[in-house]
Amino acid sequence: MPHLHRNKTEGSSAFLFLLPSLSGFLILSLVPVLGSLVLSLTSWDGLRSLSDFGGAGAFLQDQFVGGAHYAEILGSEEFHRVLRNTLYFILLYLPGILVLSITAALILNRKLPGATLFRVLFYIPVLTSWVAGALVWKWVLSPEYGVLNNLLALVHIQGPGWLFTDTWAMPGIVLASLWKDIGFFGLIILGGLQGISPTYYEAAELDGAGKLQQLYRITIPLLSPTIFFVLIIAVINSIQLFPQVMVMTTTTGISEPRPSTQVLVERIYRYAFRYYKMGYAAAFSWILFVIVFSLTAIQMRLQKVWVHYES
Amino acid sequence: MNRKTGKVFSTALHYLLAGTIAFIVVIPFLWMISTALKDKGALLAVPIQWIPAEPSLDSFRKVFEVFPFARSFFNSVIITFFTVLVTLLSASMAAFAFAKLHFRGKKILFSLFLATLMIPQQVTTIPLFLVLRTFGLLDTYTGVVLPSIFSAFAIFMLRQHMAGIPNDFMEAARIDGASNFMVYRIVILPLVSASLATLGVIIFMTAWNDYFWPLVVLSDRHKMTLTLALNQLNGQYSSWYNVLMAGSLLSMIPIILVYIAAQRWFKTGLQLGGLK
Repeated sequence: MPHLHRNKTEGSSAFLFLLPSLSGFLILSLVPVLGSLVLSLTSWDGLRSLSDFGGAGAFLQDQFVGGAHYAEILGSEEFHRVLRNTLYFILLYLPGILVLSITAALILNRKLPGATLFRVLFYIPVLTSWVAGALVWKWVLSPEYGVLNNLLALVHIQGPGWLFTDTWAMPGIVLASLWKDIGFFGLIILGGLQGISPTYYEAAELDGAGKLQQLYRITIPLLSPTIFFVLIIAVINSIQLFPQVMVMTTTTGISEPRPSTQVLVERIYRYAFRYYKMGYAAAFSWILFVIVFSLTAIQMRLQKVWVHYES
Repeated sequence: MNRKTGKVFSTALHYLLAGTIAFIVVIPFLWMISTALKDKGALLAVPIQWIPAEPSLDSFRKVFEVFPFARSFFNSVIITFFTVLVTLLSASMAAFAFAKLHFRGKKILFSLFLATLMIPQQVTTIPLFLVLRTFGLLDTYTGVVLPSIFSAFAIFMLRQHMAGIPNDFMEAARIDGASNFMVYRIVILPLVSASLATLGVIIFMTAWNDYFWPLVVLSDRHKMTLTLALNQLNGQYSSWYNVLMAGSLLSMIPIILVYIAAQRWFKTGLQLGGLK
């Protein structure tokens, strides 16, 4: 039976082709996921080994705390503060990034002279690492010697202390994030714009619709699947906000950032790798997972209301 | 307002908007360059100097003096190179198996792989750190590169493209006696070279600019990547903005060079990168 024979050799050669990814999946993904779950139920500091406790059984007997970490985190003032900070970031960032990236995409899509130059300019922040970008912004936002406050002074506005104040530190981080992401999301939206058939606009012109009307009646509805995609990614990224906070509001991540800029991933990093509360940090990371997952699920649900798919 | 003035008006509005956004985007960069060329005294000039009164390249020299910056550069190059290589190799092999070979449990395995995309990196970081420590891989290049051996995103993207290749191409090679490996190497890989390039560009950019994972794995100054080096400088010389900006500029050069050389892959790459 040649057919069966072939399937058999194909199976073994498929195994060889899958071997690197499969072992990576098992050792670097599946085991850590399960490990993280177990870890989150213990108070292990990550320093003592299993044999120090005298085996896995003794380890669990000694270190098992059940859902205590979860209860402690969810009930803590810190967690609520961190959640509020993240929400505040999203509230400022999302409308800004939508308006800016849609505008940038509309500009790029018109292919006027100079479009290539604009495209290159919008890209530069995307290519820059977050650390370099955050360093620049730390300096741009310097209260006395920074560009922003000096520009504001030209129009007689006394700029705030930005990163040095509780109130303005997060808006400062939002400004840096908008700057970093315009090009990235602008390009995704540009892809969506280029997918809209010109016949819609031709028909609208014939019917005498103005440019603004075309924007609201054609472009935005037909762009809604792309905007939806951008929203999903932007929200996930916002919840995982990290390097900008680390670079802009702490010294190399060693000192504590001010309370108004503490966010989820920053807390996880600190508990795990500064305070060695591995179990507590693992529980925190699962709470992060639940937040990301549920926000994405909610958006998936809501898309039926406003996203327009071409039939 | 007639049609013609309407058009002029809209074009003017267009350039105004473009100019405003470009201004916002570019200002920090000009500021970065200007600062890197200043000495420490000129940093604190009020009102600010856009063009330094006495420009100097001294801060670029200083970067190498206060930190093993050349070493960080080398570390970043090595780590990025192997991350790209390992991801492309491992993912293209798996993608080939998923797209073109028959084996039991294919669907389930593929769904399991895809499911990992939903799990934030932070969930696996802590146990992964412990695994690396157990095997003595902390503070090594291997430790930083290792996770790239499994990339569900890369496998997914390559599988989609490979699935689109007609099976006739492979059958012809098989009749000539080609093994599966030869089919993969000689027929499939060349046909998906555009996807490999696009993917390579995304991975290059992510690896070169990565912060979280190297921060967890590397603590020895001599093993640090450029992003970590800048992070360290930020801690030790936090008010020496001329040195910090010089370092930041230097760290951007390779990525800008690659961008210029591989522009068309970047365009598709950045659009696809959103899926990651």
